[in-house]
Amino acid sequence: MQEMEKERYELNKNLAQMLKGGVIMDVSTPEQARIAEKAGAAAVMALERIPADIRAAGGVSRMSDPKMIKGIQAVVSIPVMAKVRIGHIAEAQILEALEIDYIDESEVLSPADDKYHIDKTKFKVPFVCGAKNLSEALRRIVEGASMIRTKGEPGTGDIIQAVRHMRAMMSEIRRLQSMNEDELYHAAKELQVPYDLVKYVHENGKLPVVNFAAGGVATPADAALMMQLGAEGVFVGSGIFKSGNPMKRAQAIVKAVTNYNDPKILAEISEDLGEAMIGINEEEIQLLMAERGM
Amino acid sequence: MALQGGFIEHIRHLQSLEADAFEIRKKTDLHREMDGLILPGGESTTMGILLKESDMFDELKLKIDSGMPVFGTCAGLILLAHKIAGTEITYFASMDIVAKRNAYGRQLGSFYTEAELKGIGIIPMVFIRAPYIESAGESVEILSVVNDRIVAAREKNILVTSYHPELTSDNRVHQYFLKMIT
Repeated sequence: MQEMEKERYELNKNLAQMLKGGVIMDVSTPEQARIAEKAGAAAVMALERIPADIRAAGGVSRMSDPKMIKGIQAVVSIPVMAKVRIGHIAEAQILEALEIDYIDESEVLSPADDKYHIDKTKFKVPFVCGAKNLSEALRRIVEGASMIRTKGEPGTGDIIQAVRHMRAMMSEIRRLQSMNEDELYHAAKELQVPYDLVKYVHENGKLPVVNFAAGGVATPADAALMMQLGAEGVFVGSGIFKSGNPMKRAQAIVKAVTNYNDPKILAEISEDLGEAMIGINEEEIQLLMAERGM
Repeated sequence: MALQGGFIEHIRHLQSLEADAFEIRKKTDLHREMDGLILPGGESTTMGILLKESDMFDELKLKIDSGMPVFGTCAGLILLAHKIAGTEITYFASMDIVAKRNAYGRQLGSFYTEAELKGIGIIPMVFIRAPYIESAGESVEILSVVNDRIVAAREKNILVTSYHPELTSDNRVHQYFLKMIT
């Protein structure tokens, strides 16, 4: 049984590897899912309301209606992900029953448990979780996450938090890398994670799972910035379907992730995209979703 | 090809065999000297779109059809298939096989096994939302069969596997591909 679980976890990490260099787009209707796939999305995230609308509407936000998720699964051939509330085991079981390709245990929804995250090792389907520093990322991995993304600040169109989280993660990874082996025990204590994970990061200079950027990506340049800071791919939520020309912007962000190191191409694809989502600045928002689930 | 997906894993395997490799992201990359091409796993729709948008498609198809050795894994197999079941869309269409996409279902259908690749022996096979080959033309040599489905094949200069040798520590399939080049 132990072996089987380990094998399943490897397969789940492997799926994330296949998403690398790709863009995962939030969609709330089959029609949007089709647009995302046609624009070159590597996967879609099915949710009833995109983060900007959740922010605007307020109230409790929950897992999406299974019918809506199934409707999206039916029209695209790329992987379909969906979100559950932090700690909501039953919502995760429901998504597993739908054979979802990836579950996002997400701070975008209202948390269901203010202490415990889901024990993700009990599931066969893979989980992606948000993190704003290395300590959070490694804790989620201990709990069974097979993919990590920055939390950023969803639904704002403001990239500053995603940048902050990615930079924090990368600089902590570099710090572990440069440590003497006998210092790692103390580092594990500080980070509140098992020693073997700390040792892995020390030896490999990276997380043991794929690490994407998320939260606040609105332009091709934002996506390229996150890739240059070390993201292996990008989630785009409200940035696409809250903009003036979703198809064109989605295509441009897909190309930006492939060509993140080529300013000439980035200049070409950033041209004439119509209006970007208006967004909200960090200091103007009242609800910091990134503070949910530490 | 480094448009999207698991290309770094392929490059590491090639490096472990002391072969030089570089990433192809844009048209000017095609002007570098190359003896072979790997089409990695990832999402075939994403790669297909980026191939055409980046204006690399025609040039690469010409190279493949004029005999340059190509190795496609998973999505790469789909890009090379002459026909994809259930759709009229094709990409390079250079190999006489019919590919079935997501043939084992969603992620819960992904699996690991060990089976034979003709000419190499028993190898580890990782299937991730994998396709299989529904049917193959007469000139296609079938290399692996798992659960009665064709999952690896070769036709002249083209090698395809629906599983991912690049996700295991076994580099013998890459060694096999390098032999096709020299």
